[in-house]
Amino acid sequence: MAFEIIGKPLPKIDALPKCTGETRYADDLQLPRMLYAKILRSPHAHARIRRIEVSRARALPGVHAVLTGCDLPTRFGILPVSQDEEALCVEKVRFVGDPVAAVAATDEWIAEEALRLIEVEYEPLPALLTLEEALRESSVRIHDYGDGPNIHKMVSLEFGDVEEGFAQADYVREDIFFYAGSTHLPLEQHAAVAHYGPDGKLTLWSSTQTPHYVHRALAKVLGLPPSHIRVIATPVGGGFGGKSEPFSHEIVVAKLAMLTGRPVKITLTREEVFYVHRGRHPVLMWIRTGVRRDGTITAMHVRSFLDGGAYGSYGVATTYYTGALQTVTYKIPRYKFEGVRVFTNKPPCGPKRGHGTPQPRFALEVHLDKIAEDLGLDPVEMRRRQIVEAPSLTVNWLRISSCGLRACIDRVVEASGFREKFRRLPFGQGVGFACSAYLSGAGLPIYWNDMPHSGVHIKIDRGGGVTVFCGSTDIGQGSDSILAYIVAEVLGILPQDIRVVTADTDLTPVDLGSYSSRVTVMTGNAAVEAAEKLRRLLFRAAAERLDVPEEQLMARARRIFDRADPQRGLDFAEAAQLAEARFGTLGAVGSYKPPQSPRRYKGAGVGPSPSYSYSACVVQVDVDPETGFVRVEKVWIAHDVGRAINPRLVEGQIHGSVYMGLGEALMEEQTFRSRLGLHKAPSMLDYKSPTPLEMPEVECFLIEAEDPNGPFGAKEAGQGPLLPIPPAVANAVYDAVGVRIDELPITPEKVLRGLNDKARGGSGRVGPKSIPSLAWPEPIRVEPPPEWRDVPTRSS
Amino acid sequence: MSRRVLHDGGAMLRLPPFRYFAPRSLDEALRILSDHGSEAQIVAGGTDLYPKMKRRQIEPRVLVSVRRIPELSRIVWATHGGVTLGAGVTLARVLACEDLAIAYPALARACAVIAHPPIRSMGTIGGNLCIDTRCTYYDQTFFWREALGFCLKKGGAICPVAPGGTRCWAVSSSDGAPVMIALGAVLHLIGPHGERTIAAEEFYRDDGIQYLAKAPEEVLVEVTLPREDGWKSTYWKLRRRGAIDFPVLGVAVAVRMESGRCRDARIVLGAVGSCPKRIREAENILEGNRLEPDVIEGAAHAVSRAIRPLDNADFLHLYRKRMASVFTQRALRELTDPPPR
Repeated sequence: MAFEIIGKPLPKIDALPKCTGETRYADDLQLPRMLYAKILRSPHAHARIRRIEVSRARALPGVHAVLTGCDLPTRFGILPVSQDEEALCVEKVRFVGDPVAAVAATDEWIAEEALRLIEVEYEPLPALLTLEEALRESSVRIHDYGDGPNIHKMVSLEFGDVEEGFAQADYVREDIFFYAGSTHLPLEQHAAVAHYGPDGKLTLWSSTQTPHYVHRALAKVLGLPPSHIRVIATPVGGGFGGKSEPFSHEIVVAKLAMLTGRPVKITLTREEVFYVHRGRHPVLMWIRTGVRRDGTITAMHVRSFLDGGAYGSYGVATTYYTGALQTVTYKIPRYKFEGVRVFTNKPPCGPKRGHGTPQPRFALEVHLDKIAEDLGLDPVEMRRRQIVEAPSLTVNWLRISSCGLRACIDRVVEASGFREKFRRLPFGQGVGFACSAYLSGAGLPIYWNDMPHSGVHIKIDRGGGVTVFCGSTDIGQGSDSILAYIVAEVLGILPQDIRVVTADTDLTPVDLGSYSSRVTVMTGNAAVEAAEKLRRLLFRAAAERLDVPEEQLMARARRIFDRADPQRGLDFAEAAQLAEARFGTLGAVGSYKPPQSPRRYKGAGVGPSPSYSYSACVVQVDVDPETGFVRVEKVWIAHDVGRAINPRLVEGQIHGSVYMGLGEALMEEQTFRSRLGLHKAPSMLDYKSPTPLEMPEVECFLIEAEDPNGPFGAKEAGQGPLLPIPPAVANAVYDAVGVRIDELPITPEKVLRGLNDKARGGSGRVGPKSIPSLAWPEPIRVEPPPEWRDVPTRSS
Repeated sequence: MSRRVLHDGGAMLRLPPFRYFAPRSLDEALRILSDHGSEAQIVAGGTDLYPKMKRRQIEPRVLVSVRRIPELSRIVWATHGGVTLGAGVTLARVLACEDLAIAYPALARACAVIAHPPIRSMGTIGGNLCIDTRCTYYDQTFFWREALGFCLKKGGAICPVAPGGTRCWAVSSSDGAPVMIALGAVLHLIGPHGERTIAAEEFYRDDGIQYLAKAPEEVLVEVTLPREDGWKSTYWKLRRRGAIDFPVLGVAVAVRMESGRCRDARIVLGAVGSCPKRIREAENILEGNRLEPDVIEGAAHAVSRAIRPLDNADFLHLYRKRMASVFTQRALRELTDPPPR
């Protein structure tokens, strides 16, 4: 079927206001009588708060209110199982940057001065700054909950008997990897403005990816009825996962507005954004895989150790994600996963683009590259031969509804000339290959409920104008535009005829938020449903007037007409008026809830998704053996997006993902001063993220393996394409200079260390050598789906 | 209008309050400077000063802008060669001047790798030569430095880089400084007691705090580069990224050849200590010799041996030390055997 709008590289509906500077971000908002808030933060990594004295700050002229932890004692957190945060710390601070007190004043200078007048007496506690320390020093407790001393979460799952799988292997290999933590680095710092009216109603404008969850946290902590709170997500200047949970500063400005009766604004400084964090977890990983001589996987066992930082955040989900998606690319008949997340006195980690999956994907794809080399196999062919089928169930009961991975592989391998280059380029140059998969939205909501994950409401006015209401949040990825394209396609009008109203908890139906790559699939399906309902009304009214059977009508280019005789038709606006006369005010709603998981077990909540996207990439590098610098020459990447609603936006997401993946592969790293736990580089100058000069040419291929669960077959594009980049870079560096850097980022120092080691007769490997020994719990044993009852047998 | 926008606009890290003067003559500038003594600070492009003020590393009560002083924005070529650059000439203007790039390639190379284009449009050559020393413990916000405990350079009693010692080890981070020394530049200063000139090499002091041989009330007016006179020069800079970053190693090399042998050489290392460091041991190895690979290697090793970078800039300090040798070799090879591309 040919589409009018879908598949066209149209501009975003908000492109012009963004280019001309008209878009109003949270920090651009100005309300009359507005006050400015600042937050006092802990200079200690771990300390008990003995006393806070705020009277001098309160007395400063221009200060309107001062808050401390006792004003907001109710704990909150994004996950119901980890309600461990306080808007302002009450008894203890747990990292440098933990919020302790807040001030609202007539300007920021006064607010800053007031912060300096607040006296806090701390009793310093020993700071646990590494995973190993946190596990070892069990007498020091960062939190009083969890699965053990400083252990936030420990999980163990086994699908089928892995030992049975390893017994059938001709070859078993073990590797250890480390993936450094990194931060999102959005250009826009978090900002929020709160207004509390004389009617007792609170409005919060915030730079957030998840207004719905902020709404819930505000109600809980402030003790207001949810119906009295309105949260509006302003256009977000970059999120990447860093704005997808309720934050201290949002609650603080709301409370300050309630206390002062005046609007209050806060914008975090860049330094504060580094402390608020919720970025990529540093993860230490151990992976063991059994294969037959031809590379066929018989069993896999993965262990991951997550350094979670000071609070829970999404960490329980992250922990499961480090184990959930290994099975959705290649057939793995027996699989065991053990994961642990540890608290440390550092800024809390959370979800960053790829949420818990880039780390194990890096481990898996480098590990497979090593196995292929050990067995003398072609690394591409070895993977290509065991791609998952669609439809099918994985050994851990994830439902694969479509898979374009084979086409992805073929496109990048051919375009890059991988086969001609691999192991054949001169010393210093190399190519690396990797694949990956990601989910299109989590199958389950964050808090347990039976309601839809996304709702869309559409109304049509008498002039033929269409307004779409949806709780989704455009964080730059283009979700507002996607709604306009989809509704325009269904109703046969143009995107510019549509007004999109989103991310306002008063005006729009709930959408859970812009996280887990869920928005296009979920809002898209809800929008299709709502738009189709309205189209039926329009067709019925038009059919009567035109005397043409409804099923013979078509909507296109602002007209509704007889497919057999296109001259015979009505303007869209005319049809709308007829329909309104016939049926009353025109409006319709649609909603979406992902299909139920095929199997329930403890831990089954993380991993299921309506569909999985696939990516494959080839990276070519030039490594300077004298300096260790790695220059990425070119990236070829193919992404199976199911269907590109707008190929230009999909390519934009791919380029952004490649950029972010290269940053994590080569330079980005959260580092801290030992003992003190001070972030070493909380600024955009010192935290090294690539510049446009480091960005190589990227050749993108869109693969469209239509998915039955997606709107028009669409799947995700925002996160998946990041995943294959770091392992492909690592594999390319090995191809170039023969050293394995099993620890990201691959810095020039590490490359030189590897080369030196090799020159002295060593293996040239740089990376972690061991994992902590832990008493893992008995695994939850899950019977695999029937098709996995048998393991491929050992080669004869 | 602009004032209102500044006041009501976006929330951010705020500048401390200060008075701002924009004198139109040197005399006026000097008068304001001497009136306000230690409270005053000269500002040119402000690209380094304002961020430092926001972080409360420097808190002048009075800023004296030199942007409107005509003498500071001139480029004057001497009749018999050599050029004088006003200290207020922007880095972008240096880059736009083809004659400068031909006569002093090291200068053009250094200016081209400073920060990024918007900063080069504001930043000046004088500002770059006077730029404050940097350190991973010092170039942080007030909050951060307070959390760590203030350092010797600002408000504290110890240097966290070398806690046992009594000096500040902040790093000279000017790309221009080693180049000016390698080119034999002379700086002209004017102060309340008159004018003086000083060789670029004498302008820097091996102290992270008192890093310039310039009194606060003195204004750097111009820089004179001597006649090209057979000197060939280049500059190599180590940093993690291709833009934005300050140098964590700079290698400025100038050589003058005669009948296939090196007659004179100047090798100056930047960003490995509190001042640019001229490596005479390496120069001696080159002088009088053909620049054959083994001679170049010898000089490069001498460079590496002579420097002692500390762990207070990006990259491991031992890596920077090792790269000093690699970059010196590359710089010398570039000058003796220009690459074909």
